[in-house]
Amino acid sequence: MSFDLAIAVPRGNRTVRVRIEPAPGITALFGPSGVGKTTVLDAVAGLVRPAEGHVAIAGTTLFDHAAGIDLPPERRGCGYVFQDGRLFPHKSVRDNLLYGHRLAPPERRFLSLEEAGRFLGIADLFDRHPRTLSGGEAQRVAIGRALLSGPRALLMDEPLSSLDADRRDGIMQVIERIRDDLALPILYVSHDHAEVDRLASRVVELG
Amino acid sequence: MLTAAEWAIVALSLKVAFAAIALTLPVAFALAWVLARKAFYGRMMLDTLVHLPLVLPPVVTGWLLLLFFGAQGTGGRMLQALFGTTLMFRWTGAALAAGIMALPLMVRAIRLSLEAVDRRLESAARTLGASRLRAYASVTLPLALPGIGAAVVLGFARSLGEFGATITFVSNVPGETRTLPLAIYTALQVPGAEDSVTRMAIASVVLSLAALAVSEWLVRRGGGRAHVL
Repeated sequence: MSFDLAIAVPRGNRTVRVRIEPAPGITALFGPSGVGKTTVLDAVAGLVRPAEGHVAIAGTTLFDHAAGIDLPPERRGCGYVFQDGRLFPHKSVRDNLLYGHRLAPPERRFLSLEEAGRFLGIADLFDRHPRTLSGGEAQRVAIGRALLSGPRALLMDEPLSSLDADRRDGIMQVIERIRDDLALPILYVSHDHAEVDRLASRVVELG
Repeated sequence: MLTAAEWAIVALSLKVAFAAIALTLPVAFALAWVLARKAFYGRMMLDTLVHLPLVLPPVVTGWLLLLFFGAQGTGGRMLQALFGTTLMFRWTGAALAAGIMALPLMVRAIRLSLEAVDRRLESAARTLGASRLRAYASVTLPLALPGIGAAVVLGFARSLGEFGATITFVSNVPGETRTLPLAIYTALQVPGAEDSVTRMAIASVVLSLAALAVSEWLVRRGGGRAHVL
């Protein structure tokens, strides 16, 4: 259960190149701002198209330029936790959480709404609307929404960047539990050394 | 209160305006979507064409419709050959004229509301398993809905007030194309019809204010960030 990718993604007038060998646990993509870390996550999720290379998760090929394979985002099963949350503002927390859950094939679901509520400590928030959530709450809901969609892997784009120190620790514990209890491969983007040292089993430097 | 004849005019005006909106809304939505989302050769041209009824004198728009849908026009001949019908001097022609005059306003309102929706929310929906179409229908469309509703109301008010293009294109036929503005204009030509003018003018104001109130309410319900005008 891990990532196997080597891609070159055009970004503006340059090309972001990255190679990640299969390894268990959390793989951190580390590097300064603007180096193209988010672009790599977007390419894995299928939101941007690499110019060459391949992307596989746990043995399933999502993209292979040479073989002409390019699954659309909805068939990749990448639980993407965006830096800015991107909760649906017109839906309640419950409907946000269930958005991907309802679309996921039943055999891929590994969490129920109630389990996710307990796991992430967001069971009290189900009837709220995203605009009424604090930064930490919104980030937990975003993680829950990604987990409930029954993903093959999680892509996390600086999930702590908008949070203060107290909240950071809470979310980091959640991420550790996802790593240990759910055994999901995680591709984790960060520019913070302490974060990466604590969470990641391997670091891929970009730039 | 309005006389029976004046009620009939109000009813005709509403019929024409509703038909105009029903006709224009799908077209306006498609145009707004294309202009908001697609980059293609001739986009500026299309944008200009859509806005033409807004900037041309309505009489000119009416005259162009007359040229195209008149008995000798290409559109007129096609309608006659295919369906054995005509738009000339018919309420359907009045609805077409009103719809075309409302089109630019509706396209603008819908386009603004589509552009205001964060497209990254659509990509989020895609990563959660939604097809392109489902992401659009479950995320973008509901978020743009207040703007679309406002466009409908705005187009409706514009259609109710249509005068120049209508009278040029389909003339001023009682019971068929004589909508409120045309009836008010006609009554003004008749000595002693001042009371009728006043009553119909009040009816126009009430209908327009009602449409505007609904439009305001829709925009506010959508969070108040969107502006239609």
